[in-house]
Amino acid sequence: MARIGFAYMGTVPIVVKMLLEDLGHAVIVPEVPTAKTLSLGTKYAPEFACMPLKIVLGTYIEVLERGADTIVTTGGVGPCRAGQYAQIQEAILRELGYDFEMIVLEPPRCNILDFLGKIRRLNAARKSWLGVYRDIMKAWHKLKALDEVERLSHWVRPRELRRGTTTSVYRRCLEWLDRARTIEEIDAARERALSALRRVPIDESRDPLKVGIVGEIYVVVEPTANHNIEENLGHMGVQVERSIFMTGWTKENTVRDAEGMSHGEMIKRVASPYLPEMIGGHGQDSIGNTILYAKRGFDGVIQLAPFSCIPEIVARSILPRVSEDYDIPVLTFFLDEHSGEAGMITRLEAFVDLLERRRGARRGSLKAV
Amino acid sequence: MRKRVGIPLALGAYEYLPLWQTFFEELGAEVLVSQATTKEILDRGIEDTVSDACVPIKVFQGHVAELADKVDFLFIPRLVNVIDNKVFCPKFLGLPEMVKFTMSGLPQIIDVRVDLRQGRLRFLQQCHRISRLFTDKVGTFLRAMRRSLQQLRRFRRLLAQGLTFWEARRRLGRRQTRFTHRRSAEEAADHQLRIAVLGYPYAVYDPYINANLLKKVRRQEATVLTADMLSWRRLLPYSGGLRKDMFWTFSDRALRAGYYYLAKGLVDGVIHVTAFGCGPDSMVDKLLDLASLQHSTPYMTLMIDEHTGDAGVMTRVEAFCDMVRRRKEAG
Repeated sequence: MARIGFAYMGTVPIVVKMLLEDLGHAVIVPEVPTAKTLSLGTKYAPEFACMPLKIVLGTYIEVLERGADTIVTTGGVGPCRAGQYAQIQEAILRELGYDFEMIVLEPPRCNILDFLGKIRRLNAARKSWLGVYRDIMKAWHKLKALDEVERLSHWVRPRELRRGTTTSVYRRCLEWLDRARTIEEIDAARERALSALRRVPIDESRDPLKVGIVGEIYVVVEPTANHNIEENLGHMGVQVERSIFMTGWTKENTVRDAEGMSHGEMIKRVASPYLPEMIGGHGQDSIGNTILYAKRGFDGVIQLAPFSCIPEIVARSILPRVSEDYDIPVLTFFLDEHSGEAGMITRLEAFVDLLERRRGARRGSLKAV
Repeated sequence: MRKRVGIPLALGAYEYLPLWQTFFEELGAEVLVSQATTKEILDRGIEDTVSDACVPIKVFQGHVAELADKVDFLFIPRLVNVIDNKVFCPKFLGLPEMVKFTMSGLPQIIDVRVDLRQGRLRFLQQCHRISRLFTDKVGTFLRAMRRSLQQLRRFRRLLAQGLTFWEARRRLGRRQTRFTHRRSAEEAADHQLRIAVLGYPYAVYDPYINANLLKKVRRQEATVLTADMLSWRRLLPYSGGLRKDMFWTFSDRALRAGYYYLAKGLVDGVIHVTAFGCGPDSMVDKLLDLASLQHSTPYMTLMIDEHTGDAGVMTRVEAFCDMVRRRKEAG
């Protein structure tokens, strides 16, 4: 039995914790990353590594300090550099004198034996393959429930009557889901969470601005990295829709092609006049999703990217043209350890002002007709 | 009238210029290669490029602007893969679009996709499609392919003999390129320092953005060794025990070259040239640093950006070479 630590990212720790415990491990659950985590990571990481690497490195140091002896993480095959991070982080941590084992799960399609071997090593409870499979499916089930609850919170928050209600209810929802351990319990916790969120007093007449969020996965999903952008926008009365969820599952994905194209295929198709190449990370998705949001009548799009992330820099070069062609304002944030929440809020307020005026002008001109 | 093709002397051109130039010349086009980077070119590039991009991209866009109203076609290939499973840095993958959607008033862009994983035949077809812009004759096209590849091989042989991009290019211009000597690592004179200058060809060889680094190092009685003086076959075994190679062609080569020179004890010092904000280099730099430490070889990172100054680079190169020399003399 190993004492396992892992990286923090959005709601994922809740699920990974359950999965690893099911497989018979003691889990050192990482704490929500703080400014201290980031500065720990920044201290030891290469200067131009992206912020996700720094936060994750800081988290590793924290869990190793708390007694973890194994770290589990995922790999990747590029061209995004995140696929290299495990080996560079391991080198840095060893240089710092930590003794631990690092298990890197590479995509199964690269080397299925390697993948299964690592799963077996993680299977401390010696469960059957079927048992492991069931545990993984249960974790997936929980992840879907978490995404669904989070998605509803994005709808409720801009409509709430008393600012902050949604956020505090949502926190409780996460606790319920964290405690749910079987499929039945997960379903019950999900129902309870959804109805709790639906009971938050709202102003139904409100028609909030709709803003889509695109960009690199870690800074989009992890609130510490993006200064709680979803919550902040919600409090400004803006309904946020995130382009990336861990399960990639999009219930409100109303734009479906007649041929029943998947969302991913559609992103590629609409993005290809602007960027026909898969350039790694989420560069192409940022462009494709911006176009899809524009087609669905969103008021604006925000691109989030770590500083020095090349795929997003390429996307950022092209987005002004997309914005012009589809008549949708796009605001980009490059985030690093120096960006602050106050500065971001000021820029967000200005952006929201702009969107409101645009909407007002449009509706005004419609009435005049 | 002959059609004019412009080739920006930046990024991939530092690797493939002889190939590209010969190809279009053999097809009967007039080839205009932009001149070496100047302050004006860089300033022009900064205007159009997003500020977060690295300086080589800004330089590239400056060269494009320089050529734009002088030519009928601009050659901006999309370099994806040329070796093994390595890909180019994402900026190469999206380069034609980055230029197309940030600049206006451009001539037609020739943006062939170079991905040798799809097989040589497919690559040949794509080149053939380009050739039809200039000639209908298949014979001319095939001759152009053959001669341009020949030229690239000659160019690479010259590099392997220890010449820099500029020296090799000058020599290619002349007829006979037989054997030349330039102090390669093994045959450097004893009093000469041997300094590996590693990094991407467009950072190492662009004398404007690195403030004439190579010349400055040589002035310290040092032999300069770069990554592209080594063939891929030589580099292959030197992976430094990494579980996973760098994904990107040039990064992988710079790192392997570092491991090669260090493991063979061929260098007295290592200088890594890297652009401000370069993503892949954040890792290459760290790994080269660790490797140099292991071989107790002095290591210096030289970061370049729009503001790189002559005096600053001079001071650092002098100090570094002095230190390396003292260590060497102390034995």
